[in-house]
Amino acid sequence: MSKIIYTKEDVANIDYQRDLGMPGEYPFTRGVYPDMYRGQVWTMRQFSGLGTAIDTNKRYKFLLAKGQTGLSVAFDLPTIMGYDSDHERAKGEVGKCGVAISSLADMETLFSGIPLDKVSTSMTINAPAGILLAFYIAMGEKQGVSSDKLRGTIQNDLLKEYIAQKSWIFPPKPSLRIITDIMAYCADRVPKWNTISISGYHIREAGSTALQELAFTVADGFAYVEAGIAAGLDVDTFAPRLSYFFNAHSNFFEEIAKYRAARRIWARHMKERYKAKDQRSWLLRFHTQTAGCTLTAQQQENNIVRTAYQALSAVLGGTQSLHTNSMDETLALPSEHAVTVALRTQQILANESGVTESVDPLGGSYYLEALTNQLEAGAEEYFEQINKIGGVVPAIEQGFFQKEIARSAYQYQQEIESRKRIVVGINEFVETDAPDIEILKIPATVERNQCARVKKLRAGRNNKAVKSALDAVRKSARDGSNLMPKFLDAARAYATLGEIIQVLREEFGEYKEPPTFW
Amino acid sequence: MDKKIRVLVAKPGLDGHDRGAKVVACALRDAGMEVIYTGLHQTPEMIVQAAVEEDVDVVALSVLSGAHMTIFPKVRKLMKAQGLKDVLMTGGGIIPEEDIKKLSKLGVGRLFTPGAPLKDIVEYIRAALS
Repeated sequence: MSKIIYTKEDVANIDYQRDLGMPGEYPFTRGVYPDMYRGQVWTMRQFSGLGTAIDTNKRYKFLLAKGQTGLSVAFDLPTIMGYDSDHERAKGEVGKCGVAISSLADMETLFSGIPLDKVSTSMTINAPAGILLAFYIAMGEKQGVSSDKLRGTIQNDLLKEYIAQKSWIFPPKPSLRIITDIMAYCADRVPKWNTISISGYHIREAGSTALQELAFTVADGFAYVEAGIAAGLDVDTFAPRLSYFFNAHSNFFEEIAKYRAARRIWARHMKERYKAKDQRSWLLRFHTQTAGCTLTAQQQENNIVRTAYQALSAVLGGTQSLHTNSMDETLALPSEHAVTVALRTQQILANESGVTESVDPLGGSYYLEALTNQLEAGAEEYFEQINKIGGVVPAIEQGFFQKEIARSAYQYQQEIESRKRIVVGINEFVETDAPDIEILKIPATVERNQCARVKKLRAGRNNKAVKSALDAVRKSARDGSNLMPKFLDAARAYATLGEIIQVLREEFGEYKEPPTFW
Repeated sequence: MDKKIRVLVAKPGLDGHDRGAKVVACALRDAGMEVIYTGLHQTPEMIVQAAVEEDVDVVALSVLSGAHMTIFPKVRKLMKAQGLKDVLMTGGGIIPEEDIKKLSKLGVGRLFTPGAPLKDIVEYIRAALS
């Protein structure tokens, strides 16, 4: 992809004001704030969740004590798919790859002793995002923190679920309706909340190239803007609360160029195409996570080094928050030791490396600017293709993204097999007797205890109030009124996640993907 | 020409991470095998039923969610009950060595972890069925 040498010829068509601008100025190629990390270092936010709410609460306090500056909740798969912990389909999955949250009661335990007005929280939750947000708001009420003071993010990006991550529940149309309900509600009641974290991370992890990650993710962003406008919202009421989430993969300069191109594309389209007037609508703010799929199960300590380079690319690309993967994540959820090393990696970057001193230090590099242009042009070509298909949802229904990603994933693997692509410890510098590191185990008692907790909750609450709250959810699902206030009432009555989602499953139906691998 | 090896590639449980399953399915297809892919979110019952209906030689499960100690034994048990005890059961995912040993004792074949070369998977299946 790259040439041997880049010169001023490669950047001859760049107009500084038009294409780069100062940081904090349109088109924000160089960064969203004038002073960037001089003003405030990125938020160090380790994605974390394991076992029960009690276990994860301990882990959060551990991370905060080690100097982490924001929280990020990893839910287990039953929660992600809208099942209570004691549901038949949850068997064997409770607390395994995240924390089990079945009701407001679990949420209260999760944040016990953590004041919500002092911390910002990101929740990686999609199909049930509105309900988990309702749990969070209701918990805030109990702590005496009103919803206008809550700061955080729900992922709430269903389009990328159909494209890559595959944890959908409902079909695209009702999913977009729930999302626009959340955008409208938060604009009014939870103004500091990021309502969607438009995610390229999972697209990349599913095997896309950097260009595909950029293009498909920003195309999703446009689709949300169009959905909001179609729902009758003024673009400037909700666009400032849309944020992004990108992957930091191994090709160092290409990744930095990707973040810069993303900012420029978003600013241009938001201003020129969607006619947003509020400058905050033009800003592409993003979280970054280093690439889990680049980690190796072999010679696990090498993963620390991979992660450090990837983290550096995110910082040089101007990320607002960062998760660094732990060395042991190809084997299990991170141990305390491994996650500490991962967090320390960020702290070393922020405090020792000097990269926070000057904004966009690589701006003006022939190579980087040429790469940024190239990625932007490539993304525009993809936008045209998607438009020709009829937009993001029809492209999903035709399997366009899925096919593109599957092809790239297979090609990537074939490059490793043919040694065209070298991965240390996999196809070069292989060790046969590398020592194992200690990994975290989730005991079977977690599932038993959590199921007992949910059953006890159902037996002890006012079930008449729960029924009437669930009826209100059903009515709202049918009449098209905003679902969020009904989710909140149901949360306050201690209706469970599974109960609320079940009502919506009955009303909206479930999405099924045609099983093809190409 | 020999009969083509028939492989069921399945994604059990709630996990949606299908990159590995799809890449392996492509590799097995390119190696001349007949691949049937179940798609996502399959229960053990659905998988075993598909194995019976498709008359497969191999059932390959991909589990990245940590639920492997529930899913593999359940599928194995149902396979035995359906008279599929001679069908090779293999798979891969985020599975610690210690659990691989335990599953092996239940009759589960080789399990491949991240970084496993595709050709090893192809060769393993061919050798096991020869």
